[in-house]
Amino acid sequence: MNNPTALQLIDVTKSFAHKKVLDGVNLQVGVGEILSIVGPSGVGKTTLLRTILGLETVDQGQFKVNNQAFNPKDHSQNKIGIVFQDFRLFPNLTVLQNIMLAPLRVQKVPHDKVDGDVQQLLNLLQLEEQKDYYPFQLSGGQKQRVAIARALILRPQILCYDEPTSALDAQNKSQVSELLRTFKERQITQLVVTHDLEFAHEVSDRMFNLGEQTQ
Amino acid sequence: MKYISEIMPSLLSGTKVTVELFVITLLLAIPIGILLALGLRSRFRLLKIILEAYVWLMRGTPLLLQLIFIFYGLPTIGIVFERFVAAVIAFVLNYAAYFAEIFRGGLQSVSQEQSEAAALLGLSKQQAFRFVIMPQVVKIVLPSMGNEVINLVKDSSLVYVLGIGDLLRAGNVATARDVTLVPLVLVGIIYLLLTGILTYIQNKIERGFSYYE
Ligand SMILES: Nc1ncnc2c1ncn2[C@@H]1O[C@H](COP(=O)(O)OP(=O)(O)OP(=O)(O)O)[C@@H](O)[C@H]1O
Ligand SMILES: [Mg+2]
Repeated sequence: MNNPTALQLIDVTKSFAHKKVLDGVNLQVGVGEILSIVGPSGVGKTTLLRTILGLETVDQGQFKVNNQAFNPKDHSQNKIGIVFQDFRLFPNLTVLQNIMLAPLRVQKVPHDKVDGDVQQLLNLLQLEEQKDYYPFQLSGGQKQRVAIARALILRPQILCYDEPTSALDAQNKSQVSELLRTFKERQITQLVVTHDLEFAHEVSDRMFNLGEQTQ
Repeated sequence: MKYISEIMPSLLSGTKVTVELFVITLLLAIPIGILLALGLRSRFRLLKIILEAYVWLMRGTPLLLQLIFIFYGLPTIGIVFERFVAAVIAFVLNYAAYFAEIFRGGLQSVSQEQSEAAALLGLSKQQAFRFVIMPQVVKIVLPSMGNEVINLVKDSSLVYVLGIGDLLRAGNVATARDVTLVPLVLVGIIYLLLTGILTYIQNKIERGFSYYE
């Protein structure tokens, strides 16, 4: 790894009740790198992702983004984006509203600027026709692309995916891996938690096997 | 026909009282119910226990008892309310508890995942509530709220016991005075009209929220 470090985990430890799920995890991801996090079911992949996202409180450990101490629970900077396995779109909002909510309300980007960004994203993700649809009117692949757009519009440095291929057929899968490569060209660092070893091999620069905890 | 037009003014002024009580109760009990629901889901155990006890008390005893307690009971310890004020207090306290239970259920059924997704986009708790959670809760609670609102119209007749000149009293007075069923039949028709209008509005609102699933 010769590019600068985007994300670093130092000795991250997490237990549920008395079960140690993450035992001193050390991990470094370079800028623009695609890292797959793999390992057997129940080993703690999702938990690791949730600690990076600040959704779980760690017992011990540090996080750094761009070599600076980082508090995962602070979401105000939108440094890290996430595409959930179940997408978690807001059912009461249209595709457009789902994507524009955070830039308008959190980042307070002017409306015409957001409009431009959204237009580009809709193009890239082939969602133009669906922009006024509600989530219930979308296919699985379309939902996922909306979730990607919703994360991407905030210009995160790091984009995470939990099981991105679990709901996709072969064609959608190859479309997603193509997207990941496009984002890589834009220097977005990507973390992919997956069961799908074939996909992991195809798409990632490097694999991190959580069961073995080696790098 | 002539008789009907003679008693109509008094029935209509009774209707006005009923509608006033209805509107004031809704305007106060809905926001209080929402706050109670948020409190019922709070992390502070003591607050939760107090609010749960409150809801249990309000739903577990008759509204008629609560009305009588506030208007006839409290004066014995020196707390005196005017009739209409006593009625409003009893109705708001009672209906807020029912609404709180409905909203609590609604909040519970909007998944934790939606809040997580909103938080990760950087939305504050208040923003998440306003743009993501509340709109979904409203859609979920509409049917049960509609039922309660219809019940409120009918329950408002309980203020009869406080001697308030509502619709039911107006009809009963006329029936007793003129020894005829006509006023009570008219009272029934007016209640039907009121609940009919509310059912219509409820359907409209529910259709307004059917744009997503
Ligand atoms: N909130 C929780 N409370 C208690 N235990 C939990 C909780 N979340 C996860 N665990 C436990 O932590 C362990 C790791 O779970 P996790 O979901 O991270 O596994 P995973 O590697 O993502 O598995 P899979 O590949 O099946 O998705 C499991 O044993 C699970 O039971
Ligand atoms: Mg998992």
